[in-house]
Amino acid sequence: MQGYIHSTDSFGTVDGPGVRFVIFFQGCPMRCLYCHNPDTWEAGKNMLMTPEELIYHYERNKDFYTNGGITATGGEPMLQMDFLTELFTLAKQKKIHTCLDTSGICYTPECPEKTDRLLDVTDLVMLDIKHIDDEQHKLLTGHSNRNILAFAEHISERKIPIWIRHVIVPGWTDHEEEQFKLGYFIGGLKTIKAVDVLPYHDMGKRKYEELGIPYPLADIKPVDKETAIKAREQILKGLKKRLLDQHKK
Amino acid sequence: MFKNFAPEWEGFEPGRWSNTSVNVRDFIHKNYTPYDGDERFLEGPTEATKQLWAQVMDLSRQEREAGGVLDMDTKIVSTITSHGPGYLNQNLEKIVGFQTDKPFKRSLQPFGGIRMAQQACKEYGYEVDPSVVEIFTKYRKTHNQGVFDAYTPEMKLARHAAILTGLPDAYGRGRIIGDYRRVALYGIDMLIEDKEHQKATHFVRMTSKNIRLREELSEQINALKDLKKLGEIYGFDISRPAKNAQEAVQWLYFGYLAAVKEQNGAAMSLGRTSTFLDIYIQRDLEKGLITEAEAQELIDHFIMKLRLVKFARTPEYNSLFSGDPTWVTESIGGVSVDGQHMVTKNSFRYLNTLNNLGTAPEPNMTILWSTRLPINFKRFCAKMSIRSSSIQYENDDMMRVIHGDDYAIACCVSSMRVGKEMQFFGARANLAKCLLYAINGGVDERLGVQVGPKYRPVEGDYLDYDDVMQKYDDMMEWLAGLYVNTLNVIHFMHDKYSYERIQMALHDRDVKRYFATGIAGLSVVADSLSAIKYAKVKCIRKDIEIKDKAGNVIDVAKNVVVDYEVEGDFPKYGNDDDRVDQIAVNIVRAFMDKIRKHHTYRDGVPTMSILTITSNVVYGKKTGNTPDGRKQGVPLAPGANPMHGRDSHGAIASLSSVAKLPFRHAQDGISNTFSIIPDALGKNTRIFAGDLDIDRLEQEALNEANED
Repeated sequence: MQGYIHSTDSFGTVDGPGVRFVIFFQGCPMRCLYCHNPDTWEAGKNMLMTPEELIYHYERNKDFYTNGGITATGGEPMLQMDFLTELFTLAKQKKIHTCLDTSGICYTPECPEKTDRLLDVTDLVMLDIKHIDDEQHKLLTGHSNRNILAFAEHISERKIPIWIRHVIVPGWTDHEEEQFKLGYFIGGLKTIKAVDVLPYHDMGKRKYEELGIPYPLADIKPVDKETAIKAREQILKGLKKRLLDQHKK
Repeated sequence: MFKNFAPEWEGFEPGRWSNTSVNVRDFIHKNYTPYDGDERFLEGPTEATKQLWAQVMDLSRQEREAGGVLDMDTKIVSTITSHGPGYLNQNLEKIVGFQTDKPFKRSLQPFGGIRMAQQACKEYGYEVDPSVVEIFTKYRKTHNQGVFDAYTPEMKLARHAAILTGLPDAYGRGRIIGDYRRVALYGIDMLIEDKEHQKATHFVRMTSKNIRLREELSEQINALKDLKKLGEIYGFDISRPAKNAQEAVQWLYFGYLAAVKEQNGAAMSLGRTSTFLDIYIQRDLEKGLITEAEAQELIDHFIMKLRLVKFARTPEYNSLFSGDPTWVTESIGGVSVDGQHMVTKNSFRYLNTLNNLGTAPEPNMTILWSTRLPINFKRFCAKMSIRSSSIQYENDDMMRVIHGDDYAIACCVSSMRVGKEMQFFGARANLAKCLLYAINGGVDERLGVQVGPKYRPVEGDYLDYDDVMQKYDDMMEWLAGLYVNTLNVIHFMHDKYSYERIQMALHDRDVKRYFATGIAGLSVVADSLSAIKYAKVKCIRKDIEIKDKAGNVIDVAKNVVVDYEVEGDFPKYGNDDDRVDQIAVNIVRAFMDKIRKHHTYRDGVPTMSILTITSNVVYGKKTGNTPDGRKQGVPLAPGANPMHGRDSHGAIASLSSVAKLPFRHAQDGISNTFSIIPDALGKNTRIFAGDLDIDRLEQEALNEANED
């Protein structure tokens, strides 16, 4: 089987534990206003590659990945579910750590079978929750977050480790109460291992210009480190509150 | 050969170094204390250090404001003993000595070439004393004059067209590391005794080779005598071995200082001194003679002096090297041939100067990196790299196989056994330009003149891979021969007119000489050939007017290929793609094999480097459009780097391409300049909560709730 791949990065240090071989999948249904990879949106273009080819590139330099593994990101990797499952299955056969970086948008609670087959061969899920509030989520990404949150709980049920990623965007996700609410939700996930707060940056701007797409957040300034640190504190606060409430029960 | 175990050596484990011959390696291995711990023992700067460094910073500011040079000597020709003592603040300096009689005053060194010395002065508003100019034009020939007396017209033309560039024919070649440790370990008298013995036991049949060596040995002995006087100028008797840590650092520094007083070399590297000096510091610490703070102070003051080594150079020279580098390279760490690592506390102290004095490019601290270095040292190196961006790393596991465990790096990548091997530095041949010569049958693409041999140029609109490769092979054959012969002239004259007498006095008699060549433009060549092979490359031809010095057109070169149109995509070097990486590998091997065919001066062992770290910018200006789509004037990639922006598969793929280059065909070193933004090296631990433990968090939450 072949899948559409945007590109690969042989030295990923921020997309999962250790040094990783990162595969950017082509195609994404989301249109997040702050997306910094608009060149991965359109499905069915760029390189066609087989799982074997991708694993070959990984294995060439596997000495560098001893504490890492493979990360599937994008675009939205789950858009090419069968291909992705085949890739991870092959990786697991070779004892390679697999990490799925996803928005969770492709998950439907009504028919989890396919997702479950993927999760059977997934060691870690990095789930990007764009906004905890459904209305805001729709404005920010064009989709409801209902299935995404359901996906989070499903992974937790499946006992698969989760990292939650959350981008801090001024005017959108920088309110303390939202962050607290997000933390409160995360506190309910039994397998949460990390919270990865990502300060918004505008390094994707140039790509928009090249693609001729207007940059939606033109007026918004990049977020500084201190703001991100505060956001992390708020989220952890909410997380602890949830733990406390659960304990009382 | 030594009569007694010197009293200064008390407490040291004797061995061949004390019984038989000058043997610093044996001394180190019998006496050093490997250190596996972490950096917590380190001390900050003393008050004296802070005060001296503030003074240096102030002088640096004045120098910058004065346009780059604060003071120049225009009258006294610099020799080991030419100047009286110079100090920052004599009462505070634990380690003393400057190149002239005061800090920041640049010395006058005309032996490499009087015109270069005059030019350097003139550019900064100084003028060399007319009597000195007269001596060095009328009575005393310089290296530069000698070279140009012997150059062939072809050599001059190749130099002018810049297919051979950066040749050390008007400046000091550098790259020779004296074993400055010998001064501390043995003192001057024993070293002179040893040299006298070498002279007395050398061949007596007077062939030119033997005459030359006898003369050189006498020069070396005189240099050692001068070195002893240099000690006296500063009030020290360095005829005997150093008896404590302060003396050891000071004696060693005097050896180095003597070298930089006489040679304005392109790279004046220090060697491998940290673990050697640790033995003295360790002995003093154990005897309770000094504290850790005092030990650090010695090293801080020593490094401070190394940072203040300055030469009079022309702005043109500085633009070639992008700054005013001295390449005081110090090699740190490494592993011994029996598997024991050679990291000592002093390895940490050297790096700690980057904390105590702030970061600086000099001395060029180079970690001889091995997978077997102790983990705490590796961590400290990483930490200091993040903090200072001032540390260089080189592969000890690879170089140890060739040089053993007492080698050091000269300049940025040239490895040699200290005191036993030296090298003749040979700048580089521009292989990208050579490819253009192959296409144009030896006609220079910028000047229009016939520089290379008049071979048949390519015909037709599109370049054919096999055709170009054949022509390229022939052109490289020519270039290699011309290049080696040009270097033969240069090194003959350098030995004759600007002999490095003190550095060679701190070597064995029978040294191994490396004949170092170098190449520039490797990635441009690899990508160009890949474009020709995997895409279609169309030639754009033009007539070039050839002008004389007055600007009058004297000839026209017809149909010179001056530009290229690339149709389609092609694999690019730097993406771990064997289709193109293998081209780069083959070029390296092919050119080195051609170099090997030629006679080298003094039986030098030919080597090659791929390391244009800064001069790639200037080389790019002198190289026309290339078939990979690069335009005239765009810098070549530094060293063995992929061309900027063409490595699109991340760092490991990029590094893997470079790592394929065969070290045995590029033994003088392969460099890769790698920069990465800190955020791409991992998560910020203040933002990223990566160690969440639900049970612990719950406990924390409960505790916090109870407190409220």
